[in-house]
Amino acid sequence: MGHKKVYIYKSFERFWHWMQMILIFFLGFTGFEIHGYYSFFGFEEAVTYHNIAAYMLIGLIVFAIFWHFATGEWQQYIPTKAFIKAQIRYYIIGIFRNEPHPTKKTALSKLNPLQKLAYLGLKLLVIPVMVTSGLLYMFYRYPTKYGVESINITTLKYIALIHTIGALFLVAFVIGHVYLTTTGEKILTNLNAMLTGYEEIETDETDENTNIETNSEKLTTQND
Amino acid sequence: MFLVNGTNNNNNLGYKFFSKKLCLINKNNTMRKISIAVALVALIIIVIIGSLKQKDQPLSPKMQLREKFSQKDQPKVDHTKFDILKQTFNSPQEVTKACETCHNMTAHEVMNSNHWNWERVDYIKGRGITYIGKRNAINNFCISAVSNELACAKCHIGYGIDETGRGFTDSTNIDCLVCHDQTETYVKADNMAGKPKEGVNLNFVAQNVGRPNRTNCGVCHFYGGGGNNVKHGDLEMAMFEPTKSIDIHMGIDGMNMACVDCHKTKHHNISGKLYSLSSMNVNRAYCEDCHTSTPHEKEILNEHTMKVACQTCHIPTYAKANSTKMYWDWSQAGKLKDGKPYTIEDSMGNHVYMSIKGAFVWARNVKPDYIWFNGTSSHYVAGDVVEDTTKTLILNKLHGSYNDPESKIIPVKIHLAKQPFDPVNKILIQPKLYSPNPGEGAYWKDFDWVRASESGMKTVGLPFSGKVSFIETAMYWPVNHMVAPKEQTVQCKECHTRQNSRIAKLRDFYIPGRDRSDIVEYAGFTMIILTIFGVLVHAFLRYYFKRKL
Repeated sequence: MGHKKVYIYKSFERFWHWMQMILIFFLGFTGFEIHGYYSFFGFEEAVTYHNIAAYMLIGLIVFAIFWHFATGEWQQYIPTKAFIKAQIRYYIIGIFRNEPHPTKKTALSKLNPLQKLAYLGLKLLVIPVMVTSGLLYMFYRYPTKYGVESINITTLKYIALIHTIGALFLVAFVIGHVYLTTTGEKILTNLNAMLTGYEEIETDETDENTNIETNSEKLTTQND
Repeated sequence: MFLVNGTNNNNNLGYKFFSKKLCLINKNNTMRKISIAVALVALIIIVIIGSLKQKDQPLSPKMQLREKFSQKDQPKVDHTKFDILKQTFNSPQEVTKACETCHNMTAHEVMNSNHWNWERVDYIKGRGITYIGKRNAINNFCISAVSNELACAKCHIGYGIDETGRGFTDSTNIDCLVCHDQTETYVKADNMAGKPKEGVNLNFVAQNVGRPNRTNCGVCHFYGGGGNNVKHGDLEMAMFEPTKSIDIHMGIDGMNMACVDCHKTKHHNISGKLYSLSSMNVNRAYCEDCHTSTPHEKEILNEHTMKVACQTCHIPTYAKANSTKMYWDWSQAGKLKDGKPYTIEDSMGNHVYMSIKGAFVWARNVKPDYIWFNGTSSHYVAGDVVEDTTKTLILNKLHGSYNDPESKIIPVKIHLAKQPFDPVNKILIQPKLYSPNPGEGAYWKDFDWVRASESGMKTVGLPFSGKVSFIETAMYWPVNHMVAPKEQTVQCKECHTRQNSRIAKLRDFYIPGRDRSDIVEYAGFTMIILTIFGVLVHAFLRYYFKRKL
């Protein structure tokens, strides 16, 4: 068993992740002010900032989608049944016994099966729901405004409720997500990886080892 | 050309434009220097043209309005020059006759106006085509004009209407002067059915007539209900010469606009009306007539105009200068001191009790109530039977709801009252209030509800059982005036807030900041708390077992 420094998160990926974090936190902060939980910017400013941040996030998402398809990274999110049970068992039992992670992180497969499911759900369900309800929130009056009464949406209620549900869900998600970053080899291993791109990975099998090595080397050179 | 040269001089194609430019400057090539100079001159010229052109840009709509209304109308005719107006007038009717010698088609216009007829033809859902006006509608101030014409006609644009309705058909009874006097010396007498006060110099007034100004309108419309600002709340004597902070349009330190600048008038038909008496969505005066429905820089505010009337945000309070009546309790009337009627005033000089009228509640700087309104209303009309006497009877119900695309949120003053009611016939009583002499049944002289009701109901031709009780009524007065300067506009937060939202009573729709779903909130917070709890337990267990291992 040895340790290898592997380049896991590419620069765009890291940029995307942290920009998304900043924007989602900002959207959450302004959004819950609009929702009436507290007063900080003032309602009018909160709405303005929320809308600007929303457009920025949409822009970021467009870039991210392009990147995922251009690089083929989208394949990372294809869900798999394999190791799901093992992964669940690890979080419930194994982690307390200091057992090794049931799945190995590599540059080619950086997500464990539960992560795949969670992030796929996030990307295919939560984010699209938030973006759609958010855009409807802003534009639901437009058909009437431009004289198209037939597709008029008469009430904001359900749009707003769905947007709120999504926001509350994202709060829970962020809490769980931040906590799970501490379940790496060391508490800060995963956080460090998302900041620097590199992660120290246990290596035990020679085949896989070489594989990772070549891959990581190749990627590292490209970045240089 | 620069680009091509630059690229050729650099073998590395990846160089940035900046370095190309540097490279160009380094080369001592006269031609290039000249080219750069020419380019610079061209740039300067373009900048100059651009800055010149800005002056040609059209004025902003707001500036156009400012320009338009700062030019006051000049009179087209000097009435002092007309001999016919120099004659000795023995009666006000003679003045009208003199007017008609030139304005010989105008009487027809005036006599078709609702200012003359005190009623209009309206179509009301459920009632059909009806005439509605002061002759048959009932309010919850002085209740009804009918049987009290001698007093009420002080505010009729005619001379000599009385209980028989006489005076409505004779064109010489038109009071031209009350609306067109520019001298501010023309005053109508109390209780004289609309005739001018003795001592008014009719020649002087007749020779100085013109476009109605604020005083002409205000002498009646500011004192409706028997005193300053009793009825409207947004129309009162402070509006004769208001500051901008009271009314941005009429402020004497600003645009100083007259009533008829907005209440555009054609053929004596004045646009704009109040729903205390009218029912149909026609002939209204709108803010949008000048300002358009999208006057804001922020698009999000322009979208509000689909559901929110301008007045809602731009009239944060009414009765800014003097108090307005909010509650009138007729059931308290009739208390006498030593057999004589008396009056109690509050510290601001408002009547809080009058033996002839009852007890009052006044308020100043009032935040309006808000309702949905689509421009139509229905009225309680004399003789309508009240089925449910337990509820407050709304005398002029303004229609509208969120789901009605014609409806907008408007600000209103709600005036509540307790007024006489016939509990047997279940109709509102129109008592005779005024008469010049005691003993004729007028309440203000004799303080006898039964006799006053009997006399009043006889005049209007409705039954009276002999019993008088009191019923709670409400009237809705849309607030349209006292538009505030933009700095004082209602802020987003005043409606978009959980506590004390201005529109807290309008519950048939969702607005951000005010509304939320309890189910979503509870479920969401339960989920978040469970997540935190799970994380904490998991973290604790990890810590615990790590120490053991």
